[in-house]
This record gives sequence, C-alpha cells and structure tokens, in this order.
Amino acid sequence: MIDAPWIIPLLPLIAFALNGLLRSSGRNKSQGYGWLSTGLIFGSFIATVLLWISLDTRTTEEFVLYRWIASGGFNVEIAFLTDELTVVMLLVVTGISTLVSMYATGYMSHDANQSRFFTWIPLFVFSMIMLVISDNLLQLFVFWEMVGLCSYLLIGYWYQRNSANAAATKAFLVNRVGDFGFAIGIILAFHEFGTVRYREIFENLGKADERMLTAIALLLFVGAMGKSAQFPLHIWLPDAMEGPTPVSALIHAATMVTAGVYLVVRLNPLYTLAPQALLVIAATGTFTAFMAATIALVQTDIKRVLAYSTVSQLGLMFLAIGSGAYTVAIFHLATHAFFKALLFLGSGSVIHALQDEQDMRQMGGLWRKLPLTYTTFLLGGLALAAIFPLAGFWSKDEVLAVTFVKATAPAGSALSVFHGAAIYWLFYITGLAVSIMTAAYTFRMIFKTFHGTPRNPELHAHAHESPWIMTVPLIILTIGATGAGALLGIPPENGLIHGYLKEAAPIIHLEGAAHPNTLVLALISTLVAGSGLLIAFGAYGKGLRIPLIARTLLPGAETLFKQKWYMDHLGDRFTVALTKALAFISWGFDVAVVDGIVNGLGSLTQTLSGQVRRIHTGQAQNYALLMVIGMVLTIGGLVLFR
Amino acid sequence: MTLSGFLMVGALLFSIGALGVLIRRNAIVMLMSIELMLQGANVTLAAFSKYLDDQAGYVLVVFSLTVAAAEVAIGLAILVALSRVYPVTNVDQLDSLHG
Repeated sequence: MIDAPWIIPLLPLIAFALNGLLRSSGRNKSQGYGWLSTGLIFGSFIATVLLWISLDTRTTEEFVLYRWIASGGFNVEIAFLTDELTVVMLLVVTGISTLVSMYATGYMSHDANQSRFFTWIPLFVFSMIMLVISDNLLQLFVFWEMVGLCSYLLIGYWYQRNSANAAATKAFLVNRVGDFGFAIGIILAFHEFGTVRYREIFENLGKADERMLTAIALLLFVGAMGKSAQFPLHIWLPDAMEGPTPVSALIHAATMVTAGVYLVVRLNPLYTLAPQALLVIAATGTFTAFMAATIALVQTDIKRVLAYSTVSQLGLMFLAIGSGAYTVAIFHLATHAFFKALLFLGSGSVIHALQDEQDMRQMGGLWRKLPLTYTTFLLGGLALAAIFPLAGFWSKDEVLAVTFVKATAPAGSALSVFHGAAIYWLFYITGLAVSIMTAAYTFRMIFKTFHGTPRNPELHAHAHESPWIMTVPLIILTIGATGAGALLGIPPENGLIHGYLKEAAPIIHLEGAAHPNTLVLALISTLVAGSGLLIAFGAYGKGLRIPLIARTLLPGAETLFKQKWYMDHLGDRFTVALTKALAFISWGFDVAVVDGIVNGLGSLTQTLSGQVRRIHTGQAQNYALLMVIGMVLTIGGLVLFR
Repeated sequence: MTLSGFLMVGALLFSIGALGVLIRRNAIVMLMSIELMLQGANVTLAAFSKYLDDQAGYVLVVFSLTVAAAEVAIGLAILVALSRVYPVTNVDQLDSLHG
C-alpha cells in the first residue's frame, strides 16, 4: 500500500465522478448514490488502514505522481508524503467521512435531489485527503481552496433559501481573507528557501533569519485562522450551520476546520524556530476559545451551540500548538473529531425526529422518546466536557497541562526560549474558565433538549427514534468518543499517540521544566469540568435560579454574548462601509480620470484633424504649390547638406 | 554667348513658367505657363548639346516640341469641354474636392 498511496484519494474521486455523471432529472431520489459514496469512502478507509500497517516497514515515504511545474528555479510536483502525521489525519478523515456518509444516506433519504449531495461529499473527501497527503505547500493550497469550494457547495445545498446562499458566500469570502495571508506566506517561503516542498524547507531552515521565519509563520497562520475559524475570521462557522447536519458534522467539526491545525503542525520545525509566532498562536487560540464558549452559553439553536463549541475547541488546539506541544494538538483534534461528529449527528437525529425543528426552546423531555440518540449524545457530551474517563478528558487535560508547564518554566530552561512564558499563566487560567463553560453549555444543551417537560407537545408526540442507518454511525462514534482517549493517551505524554508522532509532530522537550504532578493537574481539570456540569444541572435540570444570579452579577454580559461580542456590527461597520467607500472612490476615479483621458484623446484627435483638414482646399493650384515647395526643399537640402 | 548665359535664360524661362502656373487664375494662362516651362527645358537641352558637341540634345528637343504640341491640343480640348460646366476664367472656383 505504501507503493500506491494514490488509491486513497482515487476512490472518493471515482464516487464523485460516478455520482456526478449518473444523476439525471428522473433518478435523483435513490439511496444508491449515498451507498455508492459510503462504499467507496469506506474503501478509502481500508486503504488507509493498510497504509498504516505497512508504514512500519519504513520504506520510502514520498511518492511522486506527476511533474506539475518545471520552470527554471521553480519546480513543483504532485506528490504524496505518507508519514505518521499523515496516517493519523487520514484515519480521522476517512473514518469520520465513512460514518457521516452512511448517516447522510439515511438523513437525506427524503430529499428530492440527494444525488447532488452525494456528488459533493466524495469530492470534499477527495480534496481533504489530497490536502493532507500533499508534500508541498502549493499542492496543499490548491486543495485548501478545493475544500473551501466544497464547503460553499454544501452549505448552500438548499440553495432555494436566501440565508443558505448568504452563509455559503460568507464562508468562502472570509476564508479568502485568510488565503490572502496564506498566499503571501507561500511566496515569502519560496523567496526565502527556493522551494515549496516541506522536506526541502526543513533542510534549509537554518539559513533563514528569525524575523523572516516569524513573518512566514504568522502569514501561514493567517491562512489557518481563516480555515479553522479563529478570531476574527471565525464569523463564518456559525452561519455555516445552514447546511444539512451531516455537512456540519463532517466539514465544520471533524475535517475541514482542522486543516488549519494540520497546516501548522505539519510545519512544526518552522514554527519551533519562530517562538513569537507561537505566542501569537497561543494567544489567538485562547481568546477564541474563551469568546466562543461564552457565546455558546446563550444560544438557542442546538446546532449553533455545537458550532461555537467547535470554534472554542479549535482554539484549544491552537493553544496546544502555541505551547509547543504539537502531538497534543493532534490528539485533541482526533478525539474532538469523534465526539463533535457524534454530537452533530446526534443533533441531526433530534432535528429529524422533530421534523426539522432546531430551536431548543421547542424541545424537552426527549430522552424517553429517543433513547439511543440520548445515550450516545450524553456520552458525547461527557466527552466534550472532558469528564474522566472519556476521550475528551485525556486530550483536553493534556492541553491544559502543557500550558501549565510552559507557564512554570524557570528562566534559562529550554522552554523559556519561548518569550513571555509568564503570560501562559493567563492562558492556563482562561483554559480552566473555558473548561467550566464547555461543561456548562454542553449540559445546558443536553438538559434543555432531552430532559424536563416537553415545551412543544405536538412535536414531541410525533418524535421517533432514527432508523439503523443513522444510529449505527452514532454507536460507532460513541465507541471512539469514549475509548479513544484512554487508548491513545495513557499514560499522559507517554501514550501510544505520543510515541507514534514523536518525529512528525513532537512535543518540544519538557525536560528542564519542573515536571508538574500530572495527577494534581488532572484533578484540577476534572473538578473544574465537574463544577460546570453541576452548574448546568442546577440551572436547567433542577430549575435553580442560577441564570438569574448570573444576570445580576454580570449585567450586560448576556447581551454581549447574545450579540456575539458585536462582531456582526463591527463587520458591517468596517467591511461593508469601507467597501462602499472604496467603490465610490473607484467610481469617481473611473468617470473623471479614465473616461476623461479616453474621451480627451478622442476630442484632441478631432481638433487636430480639423486643423490639418484645411490643407485640402480642393484647388489644384494649391496642391501644385505644395509640390513645388517640397521639391525645392528636397533638392536644396541635398545640394546644401550632401 | 557663354554656356552659363544660355542656362540662365533657360532657368529664367522655367521659373517664370512655374510661377505662372502657381499664381495665375486663368486656365488658359496656366496652360501657356506650362508651355513656357517646357521651352525653358528645351533651351537648356539645346545649349548643352551645342557646347558638348553631342547630337542627342537636339534630338530630345525635337521630341519635346512634339510632345508639347500634343499636350496643348489635349489640354485645350479638356478646357473647352470643362468650360461648358465650370467657369475656367477663375480656377479658384473649381474646388469641389474641398475637404
């Protein structure tokens, strides 16, 4: 398998081509498209597993497919890099994609146009695989854009809705802003290193000076901010919930939004040599995590809660990166993929049962009606809230642990090469606050949806559990969400995943820092998460007046969170007004200067020719005169100046 | 009777003829001026032929006279035909090619 890694992206591409070509106006309602997509993506997953197994033999890691650009000093090939990091990402991508595709076959079964859906889903899976398996920045960028395109197509899947179209456009445009920085970063990297290939860049890192490295690192991170929805480029992700729930699960929770995390982790040798960039990444991640968690606390739409939760958890992944612990970021990426996809699919189950109702204020008391959905959702929620011993606990705890280690690094140790280590205390405390809020909003969501008295009895009466095609993926994901963390992460910082990723995505060595008591840290995070859970239980399970207390203690906070920290208003003011002003100036310039020049040239020609026209008197004698004058001048000139 | 004397006469004839063509407004006077130019050339030819002892000049004069006669005949015929439509006494008025 290591000799033919191209099989992995090829299978979904075939599914895309077949579904795209076979669909016609009469046959769009068959479930066959979904099965074809699921089957081929599952084949891709099998191929990935085979790749994983054969990777131990340590044969060649790079596979060149095709020489794309060969122009003097600039050479780019379409090539695949299959190391441990790639394998981990591919397992996550293909695994979750298979389960989501299977779920979607059931979820979209009533849709009249589902063949279109199952044309775009394999195209997305293909693009994501190619993104992860690339061995150079340019190829990654091409597929970065492709996944953005698929996201646009799938968010706007129900294009008859204006809100869906607006959301799809917003997603693409905000992404484009990040891509601007990304592109400049790639250009700078090529300018500095003469190549865009990872391996060759890493070999030449020593020759660049730190400021240039930091600049490249930050610019590439801007791209990651756009794709992974970090502040201020996070605004597209909540709107992206306009797409069908399987899309939200696959693209906006488990795979596409993790591409930014993957990018930075892939380039970790570059980032390790640019500590200021890591500080910026950690700060951005922490702030995003905090902000998104506060907004999630006051959302009423179940999918919006999960969307902001995703933004928040992605922030935590970037915090791990900023603390130099790349393995931990990937670990959290993997566990998050499991439980977030699980939660999204579970919410889809609820929405499906309630005939497309998404507002939690219309829900309640569903645990009796949807027992399987409830159980899986509850386990997913416990994983998200990082309750021991579920998956989220292991990875989230490690994120906080590495931040703590950074914060306590004594001056002069290997770690204090990261400037401003003391600020990591702020990150750690904020991380704890995020933990409380995560548990709180998660269980607020669970209690509001599944417990209490049903607030809409009519909808509640018709609610029914989902068919097996939707519940089997839920069950499989639950196994991952519960067990994967323990399987991969015990003992902390020395588990299976740490050993596996030691070279591709290392943790910058923690020796030299007083090694913290991991047990104490774990207890602290469990207490913190548990208290969040209890708060939610009290407020929404038992009806204690906690929200009222919160409103009195922190007046205005609720409005701030409900208004999403006024990001939409700021966006309006800045981008819209600015663009309108720029457009007005451009219009003025166009009319006055450009048109002026063009029209002016025309009238100048007219004036000039009007004067020259006067030679044509129509009188033959004048013409003869001119001839004589010319003759005299010519002969005179010849005679005088020969 | 030096050569330069004959040449000056020839040049004078030619110049007067040229000026006449350019300045006079009567078409018949223009034709006469053109004839004058031709005669100026003839004088020059004859002078060179005498002083270089080459008969070629005399022969060319005979040719030139013949051509001049034919040309005048045709020119006058055109003028007669033209005079029925346009006033040939003032060629300044023949400006329908004015643009």
